[in-house]
Amino acid sequence: MRMTQGTFSFLPDLTDEQITKQIQYCLDNGWAVNLEYTDDPHPRNTYWDMWGHPMFDIADAAGVMMELQSCRKAFGDRYIRLSAFDSTHGWESVKISFIVNRPKEEPGYRLRRQEGNGRNMRYTTEPYADAKPEGERYGV
Amino acid sequence: MAEGSQTVTGKDRYKSGVMEYKKMGYWEPDYQPKDTDIIACFRITPQDGVDPIEAAAAVAGESSTATWTVVWTDRLTAAEKYRAKAYRVDKVPNAEGQYFAYIAYDLDLFENGSIANLTASIIGNVFGFKPLKGLRLEDMRLPTAYVKTFQGPATGIVVERERLDKFGRPLLGATVKPKLGLSGRNYGRVVYEALKGGLDFTKDDENINSQPFMDWRERFLYCMEAVNKAQAATGEIKGTYLNVTAATMEDMYERAEFAAELGSNIVMIDLVIGWTAMQSMAKWARRKNMILHLHRAGHSTYTRQKTHGVSFRVIAKWARLAGVDHIHAGTVVGKLEGDPATTRGYYDICRNEFTEQRLENGIFFDQPWASLNKMMPVASGGIHAGQMHQLIDLLGEDVVLQFGGGTIGHPMGIAAGATANRVALECMILARNEGRDIVREGPDILNEAAKTCSPLKAALDTWKDVTFNYTSTDSPDYAVTATAA
Repeated sequence: MRMTQGTFSFLPDLTDEQITKQIQYCLDNGWAVNLEYTDDPHPRNTYWDMWGHPMFDIADAAGVMMELQSCRKAFGDRYIRLSAFDSTHGWESVKISFIVNRPKEEPGYRLRRQEGNGRNMRYTTEPYADAKPEGERYGV
Repeated sequence: MAEGSQTVTGKDRYKSGVMEYKKMGYWEPDYQPKDTDIIACFRITPQDGVDPIEAAAAVAGESSTATWTVVWTDRLTAAEKYRAKAYRVDKVPNAEGQYFAYIAYDLDLFENGSIANLTASIIGNVFGFKPLKGLRLEDMRLPTAYVKTFQGPATGIVVERERLDKFGRPLLGATVKPKLGLSGRNYGRVVYEALKGGLDFTKDDENINSQPFMDWRERFLYCMEAVNKAQAATGEIKGTYLNVTAATMEDMYERAEFAAELGSNIVMIDLVIGWTAMQSMAKWARRKNMILHLHRAGHSTYTRQKTHGVSFRVIAKWARLAGVDHIHAGTVVGKLEGDPATTRGYYDICRNEFTEQRLENGIFFDQPWASLNKMMPVASGGIHAGQMHQLIDLLGEDVVLQFGGGTIGHPMGIAAGATANRVALECMILARNEGRDIVREGPDILNEAAKTCSPLKAALDTWKDVTFNYTSTDSPDYAVTATAA
């Protein structure tokens, strides 16, 4: 299955050229670009691990792409997302966030159901990959 | 219109009998509205032979302290402060016999944080007043001091996006169809297919409550099965607006509590429940970390005609104060009423930090929002994937685009319909961010994306010729070049 978090997950994986253009759009808007990686793709896993600080002071997309290449080299078997942060008053949050690297195989999620009273159900979503410890989930 | 103050003062002001409103102190052309005043702009259409200044003064009087005759008990109060003051009357451009009357109200005329109280004055008795053929509340300036007494949207656009983990593109939704008649089990099927296929939200329609064909509990239980299953199938957060509109507040709270217990992230109410009920639900939603969707059912009965009623821009302002998170605000290109310039005005009211006066969009006043959360506008009604470039160009990215028929009516099925919409959306945002001119190149961008997405191709083929080109009833009175007087 294909995990579809992020702004562009329904499109074919973006090429580096396409990613560069999106980064340029973020920088032109004055947003800080940030790279994060994880091997726990649970939809409520908010805090992916940061690849350094958000790049507040990088002015051109090529610099961000270099960071992305290094991140891919270290964590190419995991999900990597690129997000951009707008510090303007009234927003002060993420403006765009999209996947720039995926594991080769995405086994998907198990939905666990716990039957309660009155047909009420407790649902739990678990990435199948979570069965293994962090770092061993998607092979290398 | 220039006509000096005619206010009678001293002992003569309080002689028993009938006196013209403009002589009682309700027309004060020299009055400078205070920063804390509430200001209303009304479109008045006086009966033949009625002086427009007197009509404006009458509206000020009847929406504040006046009655039809002089009463001595005014003298027990700080009457001059409590009288609303008409201070300006302009002819409406290109509309014979219609006038814009500007009226200022002292803040002490109103109860803090109560839309019911505000509206009981401003649109209370006065709309049935005989000397007027018609009366329309066009816009209001709500001062910071008053805005700060309201909770505002329970969640707001930014936190909604954070909770859903969805950024940088409009959200996608669909209303389950047929709107009436499905059983709970069949209803949940539509929800599951649409969410799995790529939508973020599905939605109950305004008149889905608890009818013989489907008890509300059935709907909630099956919908939450569908939501959770779709989340697991995609790895994305999904939601469905469970409509908790019911006969009493007790019933609504019961339904909303059940939705929360089942883990829903959003509930829905209809405008017809009334302002007090909306404010109660907004407080409930804030307490429960719940997004609150408002369907504006019923609004066209009083917003659509230009000569009588309340403009939707005012309804949108009240809704933002009252505290809903989503509000249907028009599509421009879809099947329902909505001129582009006027709709732009509604969207600004929903989303701005500060809404500037823009007469060409029907916005009569600068409106501060004093850090109240932003409200997500919802575009729904007769829209389809082939219009994606127009929708994004007109409505921006902080909007929920709801394709009901445009999802469920897809020839390859509901999930395919959802996928078509999602791919159309993502390819258009990608292109926009790359700096492409999506208005001009939109159809090409869609056709290009359709090469690798057969559901999008089928959607474009099915609905390529569908447009709704009718003249809008409610359009701005001022041209684009107009400047503030």
